[in-house]
Amino acid sequence: MSKDYTQMWSSIGLNLKAHEGLLSVLGDAYKNIYLSQKNRPRGMDYFDFVISEVHGLRIEEIVGAKESGKKVIGTFCVYVPEELVLAVDGVCIGLCAGAEVGSDEAEKYVPRNTCALIKAFLGFKLAGLCPYVELTDLIVGETTCDGKKKAYEIFDDITGKVYVMELPNMKGENGRKMWRSEIKRFADRLEALTGNEITLEKLRESSKLVNAKRKALQRLSALRAADPAPISGLDALLVNQVSFYDDPVRFTAKTNELCDELEERIKSGAGVAERGSPRVLISGSPMAIPNWKLHAIVEGSGATVVGEESCVGERNFRTLLDDGFLSVEQAIDNLSERTLTVDCACFTPNTERLDNIKEMVTRLNAGGVIHYALQFCTPYMMEAYKAKKVSDTIGVPFLRIETDYSMEDMGQLKTRVGAFLEMLQARARA
Amino acid sequence: MISAGIDIGSRYIKFVLAEDGNIIAAEKKETGHDPLGTCHKIIAQFIHKRPERIVATGYGRYLLEVHGDIHAITEIKAVAKGAKAVFSSCRTVIDIGGQDTKVISLNGDGMVAGFEMNDRCAAGTGRFLEIMARTLGFSIEEFGRLRRSNAEGDGRLKINSMCTVFAESEVVGLIARGVSRDDITAAIHDSIAGRVMSLVRRVGADEEIVFAGGCAMNESLALLLAERLQKPLKIGERPDMLAALGAALYAAG
Repeated sequence: MSKDYTQMWSSIGLNLKAHEGLLSVLGDAYKNIYLSQKNRPRGMDYFDFVISEVHGLRIEEIVGAKESGKKVIGTFCVYVPEELVLAVDGVCIGLCAGAEVGSDEAEKYVPRNTCALIKAFLGFKLAGLCPYVELTDLIVGETTCDGKKKAYEIFDDITGKVYVMELPNMKGENGRKMWRSEIKRFADRLEALTGNEITLEKLRESSKLVNAKRKALQRLSALRAADPAPISGLDALLVNQVSFYDDPVRFTAKTNELCDELEERIKSGAGVAERGSPRVLISGSPMAIPNWKLHAIVEGSGATVVGEESCVGERNFRTLLDDGFLSVEQAIDNLSERTLTVDCACFTPNTERLDNIKEMVTRLNAGGVIHYALQFCTPYMMEAYKAKKVSDTIGVPFLRIETDYSMEDMGQLKTRVGAFLEMLQARARA
Repeated sequence: MISAGIDIGSRYIKFVLAEDGNIIAAEKKETGHDPLGTCHKIIAQFIHKRPERIVATGYGRYLLEVHGDIHAITEIKAVAKGAKAVFSSCRTVIDIGGQDTKVISLNGDGMVAGFEMNDRCAAGTGRFLEIMARTLGFSIEEFGRLRRSNAEGDGRLKINSMCTVFAESEVVGLIARGVSRDDITAAIHDSIAGRVMSLVRRVGADEEIVFAGGCAMNESLALLLAERLQKPLKIGERPDMLAALGAALYAAG
């Protein structure tokens, strides 16, 4: 960290001692997992810097934005349209939910067998460790899964800032109608919160900005198809994680710079692994920052992760917003339609996801699929069955993992991933 | 050529010295608190045989990879290779060790085609059996000897919990109710067999099926699994050594 932020953290209301501990653990983990990687692109320097300032400079920026009258909107889900937040000059932040933090505190409110992501967002808040959540003016929840739905009620008791969007379970006509009205209701709520009107012009601006971010992430995803991969899965995952809380304009520019460098690498045949070494697609539950566990195991065992079929990954940027709208109402239509292209396992049926797994395996030239479900994340645990079936039909080996943020199953995971990679290598030789 | 395989398991370290594919020496010691030290002792014991290459496998394989510059493979690959070497028609391996249960399917060439493994806890593994045996006052050998006293039909006793901690209290509860320890033992074996079968169903069980790992020396479990599979199980002389053998064979190239 470039300077002492103690004063700022204290005024935000963080638990300084615990927070210091968190930053030191995070710093060590980052050093061991990230900085020890070989052949990293120079363009990752920016993202290393962002991580080193994750609770520093970025928080200072957000504090500044608030002082200038902007509102901070915290989210947990890619169904919440960032375009609307930016259209009221808000700051949109994906909230902290990727580390085993404050579990003891969280378990006073929720059962032990609650998914790690839910426990983490409660834990971060309860332990006083997340500056972002403290700075929010509104926290947007959504009815994706039962665990989150009920946890948001509790989170509202704790923070008094939670607003919940009702996501349908099915994408039929009724569901689409309801979701459109939910997008409209959210737009109204944002206008009321900020006093800013959502105009056609504002929406055009914000759509351009968010689409540019998505295009940069699409570009990064496409470049990972090269063999050897020009960037590690860990680094690409980090870029995706950072996309949820960095300034969108700066993030897009830096990601495009990184992609320029990766294009040069591909031209010269340079990469992060040997040509022909095992390539894996990871598919399933989101990996919120700083959850790097599975990528670190896979890449530590000699393979490269070439894609994330995940909300922190392809689901976040696969489809662009149709920005040819001529009125605010049309923009709301398009926002509603775009978000419903997201193929989350909370929908039934969810056949698009299976098509997308197939598409990603082929496009990214993945030799195997590792299905990642957070323990107690029922929608993804269940959908693993269908994901395996689709992998079988295209003849790609499939490994099902259920885990959480703790380190207690590292030995078993290393064995399972190791044996899976041995299988991929044996197939490649045969 | 002489090669060696060392399988560093959670409970025991197994060592096999092989010459042209045949076992010429074998050793087994408790893993204890200093697995690296135990490995070095075992290797020193056989170093005069001058193995040209050693390959490590098992839970502690990285210890030797890092500290001994010894190549490591997973125990899944190793046990598949060992089982295929002993039983040339092997297509499925059920391997129950100290803390893991694995079901591995092999293709016709003996390559691993798929596998399932328990997630994080030692439920239904060797460690579980040890604790249950101790709770009931049996030695591990007595515990695995066949007891068919578990009544058929509605009178059949069931252990519902597979968590070592919860199952232990369930067993303590049954003892307090005056249920005979033979019946409880039979029920424990039944429930483990049921759990293994749920992994088997995911992978499939093509013949020949080889039962490997220390728990394959438990007669009750072997019989119950064979009954449920409705297929015979092949169990070699030293099922606990198959992964170490596989590693030694892999070392031989």
